[in-house]
Amino acid sequence: MHIFRFSRKTLGIPYALFLLLFVVSPLIVLFYYAFTNGEGQFTIANFTGFFTDPNTMGTLCYSFAIALVTTLVCLLIAYPVAYILAKSHLKKKSVLVMLFIMPMWINFSLRITALKEILTLIEGNLAYYPFLNAVCGMTYDFLPFMILPLYNTISKLDDSLIEAAKDLGANDRAAFFKITLPLSVPGIVSGVSMVFLPAMTNYVVLDMLYNSTYIMGSLIGSYFAAYNWHGGSMIALILLAIICAFTLLRRGMEDDDQTIGGALL
Amino acid sequence: MTGKGTPALPEVSVNMVFIPTLWSKIGDNNTMAVGKEKIIELKNITKTYDNGFTAVSDFNLYVKRGEFVTFLGPSGCGKTTTLRMIAGFELPSSGTILLNGKNIAALPPYERPINTVFQRYALFPHMNIYENIAFGLRQKKMPEDVISKKVKKVLDLVDLEGFEKRSVSTLSGGQQQRIAIARALVNEPEILLLDEPLGALDLKMRKEMQLELKEMHRNLGITFIYVTHDQEEALTMSDTIVVMSEGRIQQIGTPEDIYNEPKNAFVADFIGESNIFNGIMTGKLRARFCGGEFTCVDDVEEGTHITAVVRPEDVIITAPEEGTIRGHVTSVIFKGIHYEITIESGKSEMLVQSVKSQKVGDYVGMKVDPDNIHIMIAEDHTNYFAADINAEHRLEYNNKVLDTSVTKIIPGSKRDASGNIIDASGDVIDTAKTKIMIAIQPQDIQMTDHVDEGLVDGYISNLIYKGDHYSYVIHTDIEQEFIVDDEYLWNMGDHVGLVMPIEKMSFSLKK
Repeated sequence: MHIFRFSRKTLGIPYALFLLLFVVSPLIVLFYYAFTNGEGQFTIANFTGFFTDPNTMGTLCYSFAIALVTTLVCLLIAYPVAYILAKSHLKKKSVLVMLFIMPMWINFSLRITALKEILTLIEGNLAYYPFLNAVCGMTYDFLPFMILPLYNTISKLDDSLIEAAKDLGANDRAAFFKITLPLSVPGIVSGVSMVFLPAMTNYVVLDMLYNSTYIMGSLIGSYFAAYNWHGGSMIALILLAIICAFTLLRRGMEDDDQTIGGALL
Repeated sequence: MTGKGTPALPEVSVNMVFIPTLWSKIGDNNTMAVGKEKIIELKNITKTYDNGFTAVSDFNLYVKRGEFVTFLGPSGCGKTTTLRMIAGFELPSSGTILLNGKNIAALPPYERPINTVFQRYALFPHMNIYENIAFGLRQKKMPEDVISKKVKKVLDLVDLEGFEKRSVSTLSGGQQQRIAIARALVNEPEILLLDEPLGALDLKMRKEMQLELKEMHRNLGITFIYVTHDQEEALTMSDTIVVMSEGRIQQIGTPEDIYNEPKNAFVADFIGESNIFNGIMTGKLRARFCGGEFTCVDDVEEGTHITAVVRPEDVIITAPEEGTIRGHVTSVIFKGIHYEITIESGKSEMLVQSVKSQKVGDYVGMKVDPDNIHIMIAEDHTNYFAADINAEHRLEYNNKVLDTSVTKIIPGSKRDASGNIIDASGDVIDTAKTKIMIAIQPQDIQMTDHVDEGLVDGYISNLIYKGDHYSYVIHTDIEQEFIVDDEYLWNMGDHVGLVMPIEKMSFSLKK
């Protein structure tokens, strides 16, 4: 006689179904569309087309540029902020940290609309500086995602390591560049991957800033809007490949005892 | 450690504060390796943090070249803070630190020829062993071939040859500790600071490392300043021990001095097992404590209140009629090389270490060789604190009103028609500028678990067993320490309320 036991495996069934339905099957559909043409035949034309079309390649480069500049600006702003927050002995530290994180909790469209008004006030016409505006919008949107992992990594950093470095003859500068900075790399990597990849695709920010330039996200959107599901799927797939490559790279750089997944709250 | 005391000099028990010149004489006889000149001198060092907490106060010490000095004390006694000031991680609030005669109190750590072995090693996790050890040498811009030679040599010294390429995380605690020592020693510091370096190791490893460190010290001739709370470790390794409590030096001396001639009850209690009794001098070289009259060698004036210390191994168990005091055996514990026997004599308890076992319940006598009784003049433990006079002319302390009035406690004072208080000579007492000093004896304060019932509440920060009662130090949030005697055992850190009966208080006016 078979006795039914309610095990942990049974508990997992709904989640397995969820994953199958909403992750695996869309991926299969994505693959199917990416490698077929309108007649449903297998083709790699979408793939070659992406890399030969100057339009798409241009958008890829432009997205890269925006993402790169956004990430750098975020890093330059976030690192000192995170460092000061993590190392200060302020009593109301948690309040300060929350103030920096709070924009994340305020509706995104409201924030960007506000930013748009400010930029319009300064620049007169938003159309003059599309690249700058894109970077401004992205930086404003993604800064908390850079501060948080950095703050977590730096605040976990053992002060006695810095003291040890100074004890061994390193001045403040040397101690920072030889100990603090290398040891905050996991936080930097985590922050960069949280900012760089979304910055390549988050075209809603650009749309809301009345920005007419194209980034990868807008490109995919335009393909689907034009009912070219095959081309759009291929671009999405290529982006996915880039993200995978990044994640693997990140894994390689992480120390086994420093789980960066936990770097987020 | 036999505990056979050298006869105490009379002034030893009188001087509670140690005089450095006396200590320097002891220092000279320590070991052959200890040099004549002072390498480091701390003068009037005080460290008060921004929150008002004074970690170290009026610390005076000098260390000779090649000496092994240990700061010994319970946690929070200021020993680590003192070490950190020597290393340069903390700046003293006042005082000077002279290294070879030059004041280094304000120098950053990287400009001091001093290296530290940290409590939790603080090895750089992103560097291999070679890079960790080479770190200090690279800061000095040494050529690579010199660095690699020095690293190899120092790895040899700590018995970890061939570990250059290993990563920190693959090392055991003991190995990491050796690397931390190697990383500090490779810089050939003038002083090596060790902050409880063996605290994280297991007992066997700790014993091994103690001997190895001692050996290294002997061979290298570097001055070691060592911080520990483990009295056995301090006694084993040091040339000189600095016993600290509550930010102050309690005693400086050789391990033998500290053990045999403790300066006060704190030191006696902290170093080894001791029986500590309150007593009184009853005649020339006669002291009464623990319900008996003992002959001692300390010449203290008759009638003086004293604290007597007797080491458990110095108590001789005899037949009841031969003993100075008598009592019943209440417990016998086998400790390997000896038995630990507790004997109750009247209200007092005596801890005895003996190779001969006794039966629980037996009636026995005890005597102590006069040489082995250590007499200290009892410290005055009266608690003093200042109370305010509030608008209703009542005494107020810690926001609580005392059930008495100013006119009752100031002799001859009365209230005049306009409500002012005038003293016996008719002058008006300005209540806003006047405070009342209250004095109360330790045995008159009662501790209670109901913290609200007490006039103040606080946490037990220290306790010493005094034979028939415990002496507690209660640290309050209003930064006032109270000494309380109680016959029951409370725990360290207990949150207690202090009930102080008004009839037991004595008052004095303070303008």
